[in-house]
Amino acid sequence: MELEKDLLFDMYRRMKEIRVFENRAGELYLQGHIWGAVHLCSGQEATAVGACMALREDDYITSTHRGHGHCIAKGADLKPMMAEIFGRTTGYCYGKGGSMHIADVDGGNLGANAIVGDGIAIAVGAALGSRINGTDKVSLTFFGDGATGTGGFHEAVNLAAVLKLPVIFMCENNHYAVSTHVHYSSPVPRAADRAAAYGIPSFSVDGNDVLAVYEAVKIAVASARNDEGPQFIEGLTYRWEGHYKGDPEIYRSKAEVDQWREERDPLLLYRVVLQDKGVASTEDLDKIDEEVNMAIEEAIEFAENSPIPPLESLFDNLYVEDR
Amino acid sequence: MTEMTYSEAIKAAISEEMRRDPTVFLIGEDVAIHGGAFGVTRGMHDEFGSERLINTPISEAAITGAGVGAALVGTRPIVEIMYMDFITLAMSQIVNQMAKARYMFGGKAKVPVVVRTPGGGGRGNAAQHMQSLEAWFVHVPGLKVVMPSTPYDVKGLLKTSIRSDDPIIFVENKLLYVTKGEVPDEEYLIPLGVADVKREGSDITVIATSRMVLFALKAAEKLNDEGIEVEVIDPRTLHPLDLDTILASVRKTGHTVIVHEAPERCGIGAEIATQIQEHAFDYLDAPILRVANPNVPIPFSQSLEAAAIPDDDRIIAAVKRSLGT
Repeated sequence: MELEKDLLFDMYRRMKEIRVFENRAGELYLQGHIWGAVHLCSGQEATAVGACMALREDDYITSTHRGHGHCIAKGADLKPMMAEIFGRTTGYCYGKGGSMHIADVDGGNLGANAIVGDGIAIAVGAALGSRINGTDKVSLTFFGDGATGTGGFHEAVNLAAVLKLPVIFMCENNHYAVSTHVHYSSPVPRAADRAAAYGIPSFSVDGNDVLAVYEAVKIAVASARNDEGPQFIEGLTYRWEGHYKGDPEIYRSKAEVDQWREERDPLLLYRVVLQDKGVASTEDLDKIDEEVNMAIEEAIEFAENSPIPPLESLFDNLYVEDR
Repeated sequence: MTEMTYSEAIKAAISEEMRRDPTVFLIGEDVAIHGGAFGVTRGMHDEFGSERLINTPISEAAITGAGVGAALVGTRPIVEIMYMDFITLAMSQIVNQMAKARYMFGGKAKVPVVVRTPGGGGRGNAAQHMQSLEAWFVHVPGLKVVMPSTPYDVKGLLKTSIRSDDPIIFVENKLLYVTKGEVPDEEYLIPLGVADVKREGSDITVIATSRMVLFALKAAEKLNDEGIEVEVIDPRTLHPLDLDTILASVRKTGHTVIVHEAPERCGIGAEIATQIQEHAFDYLDAPILRVANPNVPIPFSQSLEAAAIPDDDRIIAAVKRSLGT
């Protein structure tokens, strides 16, 4: 598939934004600037970007506890994103949500979610809402290999299949759910195999090849928007960081991590592709790298200088109406 | 005015709101042609079809989660949970998602869902089909809980609930579905958070919810013959609670009995009693008493079941204990 140059460059830029955002978030967390926990998606940039960029801007996504990448890929601004994980009023959620509940509802991101599996039914609902509203918006839900064991997953896929809703089930199989390997927790080799139980089409793709992810999701989105019902895509990938920053990671070997980092880095792989296609030079991409580095530092400065929510805001936005 | 059943009043409310607003729809098990397990929406399918009366597989978590998602994108779902006991299967979507989305997202989202479900019982449905779990949801910030007792109340409150932009747990009652009452022919709404004094009296305040309101009124009739004047208050909305109406009554009578279906321990009576004593302590002439289910699952055998649910006799006994008569 021949893609426009702008789109190809945007994919690189967004993946780089995710990469740098996560690296810096991890550092800032260890330095004590970020409260709570961060669940980084370093190494999983291609599934986020390939999928989100295959959607229309007004389509919906739901995300996971590892949702910074999805948020950036869906087009969020870096400043309110960083401010949110810093807990400031200028954050997407006024500092009330934090890393695991970051959302950009106006931008179609119906939220990161700290409950594994819950976001899947919510995305099914968004697709249902789209049908009730008479629009052709589709929804895409991100979830991991671990979520495919939850009741929430099975019920939601089943419901979407029987109602024939325009949902794309996007499994980011990074092979681990905290410490538990997917070969232990799944009786079938691929998450995509589970789709057969629901009679919906499924694809398993190299989740670190952003163009492969993009192509697969593009096809799925077209099918869904064409009233062909839900689609299931699995992107095989790997998370470089622990489940959370600070995870001792005794459940996997450093050799395994290093191998993925060195041989299957989504950004490096994509660089090679762009250069081989003659779309971009090293200088072009290095320039993007510099711009992104600067943009992230500006976002950090913005966050650090943003106000902390006042105590009076504790009860704000609990309800729309007083009674 | 027309006499109709509680069930017909619900059907009228849903139908009127669906006609008025194309984004309102009903989703749940057997809600389409069958009209729901209790037949509440039977006959609506001809008018609204399967596009707006959405039948589902048995999947309370997904049904409720779909309600959350549909609400987030600008529709007004009514989620029907067949028996309140089954709401336990949807707890994460209600407690973690529906109740919290608006707050966690800094006010940038709203979740205008109504979860309708019948609680209570008394016809041998036994332990897993008769629970009244409203207290759990009053305990979750971000939800509102409505629990009407009459056809008039249920229609007015359901219409308001459907129009509300907040997530509402709307607790109906299985044995109330067939009860009858007068309902205005013209449109009316009842606001949330407003209690109703169902009967005035000066000797004692009896606060009752749902079907227990009927027992409280029956008890009041009998006590009236003995010269005891009972004021019966139906909160109608459990959260936000109309404490002002309750306190005005308590200041007048000095005696309070709270009646609810659901086990006594940590039932809604515990919260109401605490609020009363906190705000009107000096007006109390006796401890606040509760009449509720004993702290057991509801047994099947009919006579045991009867002992596990409050009735007017138990209310009368509590009133007399409170008054020291």
